[in-house]
Parts: sequence; C-alpha cells; structure tokens
Amino acid sequence: MSWFRRPSSTPLWQDEFSVFTADERYVNRRQFTKFLTLTSLAMFAGNLWILVRSWFEKPAAYPRQTVATLDELPVGGVKLFSYPAANDPCILVRTAAGGYMAYSQKCTHLSCAVYYSQAHNRLECPCHQGFFSIANGAVLQGPPRRPLPRIVLEQRNGRLIATRVEQETV
Amino acid sequence: MTTDPRQSRGLTAIDGAMVLIVVLLMVQIWLLSATLESFLAGNRAAAVPGAIISGILFAACAGLYLFVDRVDSEIRKG
Repeated sequence: MSWFRRPSSTPLWQDEFSVFTADERYVNRRQFTKFLTLTSLAMFAGNLWILVRSWFEKPAAYPRQTVATLDELPVGGVKLFSYPAANDPCILVRTAAGGYMAYSQKCTHLSCAVYYSQAHNRLECPCHQGFFSIANGAVLQGPPRRPLPRIVLEQRNGRLIATRVEQETV
Repeated sequence: MTTDPRQSRGLTAIDGAMVLIVVLLMVQIWLLSATLESFLAGNRAAAVPGAIISGILFAACAGLYLFVDRVDSEIRKG
C-alpha cells in the first residue's frame, strides 16, 4: 500500500471542489487536515529558530562595575543600582550575616520590583506575594517559578564590584 | 447523510486521524512555548531536544495527512 495518493488525471480544481455533498465532506476534512499539518510545520520552524538562535548567540559580556563601598551600607541596608545595562534594576543587600548579596530586582513572575524585607530576611514581590531567599535567590513562595538572577560580586580595595549575572543559581 | 458504508468508514478513519493530529499539535504548541520560555530564561539545553521532538511530531502529523489524502483519493475515486 502506497503512502501517497494515486496519480490523478482529473484537474486540480475538480480535486479541490465538488458539488456532491458526500465528496464535499472529504474535501473539507482533507483541507482542514492540510491546514493543521502546516500549523505543525510552523511550530517545528519555531523550534528550529530557537535552536539556531541558541547556536549563534554569543555569551553575554558583562562589564565590571563598582556598585558600593564596603562601609557604605549598615547591616540590613539596601542599595539599588543598575547592572549590566541602565534598564536592568538590581538590589544590593547587606544581609544579617554581614555578607553582601545582589540580585536582579525584576521578579521572575511578571517583572515587578522586589524589595528586601529585613523582618523576614527575604526578598518579597508585592504584586503577587512571591518570596525569594536572600541566600541564593530561590523561590520560597508564590507564583514565580524561576529564582532571581544573582549578581556576582567581588570585593576589591574596599569596593564591591559586580562582575557578571548568574541566571540559574538554584 | 452518508449511506454508502465504504464512504462512512472512510470518514470515520479521517476523523480519527484529524483528532490525532489535533492532539499532536497541542503537544507541539506546548513544547514550543516551554522551549521558548526556557531559552529566554538563559537555558539553552532545551533547544536541541525541543527541536528533535517537534520534528518527530511534525513527521507524525505529515504522515497522518498523507493517510487522510490517500483515503480521500481511494474512497472518492473508487
């Protein structure tokens, strides 16, 4: 049994149009199936596009940027800054333990600005009550499914320097 | 209504194939959205398996379309 339809001697328009109701049911279904198959092809093309983009996209180059001096913030203090671009808001926190942690300020749910809750020692998104761990940016509660991107900090000559962004920290 | 049993069987087969294509297409749409979300989150590992599985689903849809086309050809032209 062949995969393909038998070669037809009838013109294409007769194949695609019929005045008989019984035949019309077949034509309608075949044309709709063709539409669904082309939609499937479009989905496949979309996946291929993502694949090609992932092959050719260069890894992001991050600048080194001073975000604060070491004695600038008290324990529990917060400073907002932008990194790596001017429209990438970030939050720097001097945690209760005395260390410094910095994260993107955009909630991974719907990009609301997160803030530091010193009482709970966590980052909180006021829009949908998404809570993130201050230790590693992991989701503690709420609708976000991905952790906050972490800004990697380096201490040098009494200054805190942002060196890169880690997308998946947990 | 279709009275010819041969035509009726053909329509049933085509309807079954169409339902299968719709199910495969829904999986493919979910796969594309999941792969895109993963890619935009900076994770590139999902791109290759996503493309391979999407290709397999498309091949299955194309196979079912050829089946529908062949049934249509055989039933309508005898």
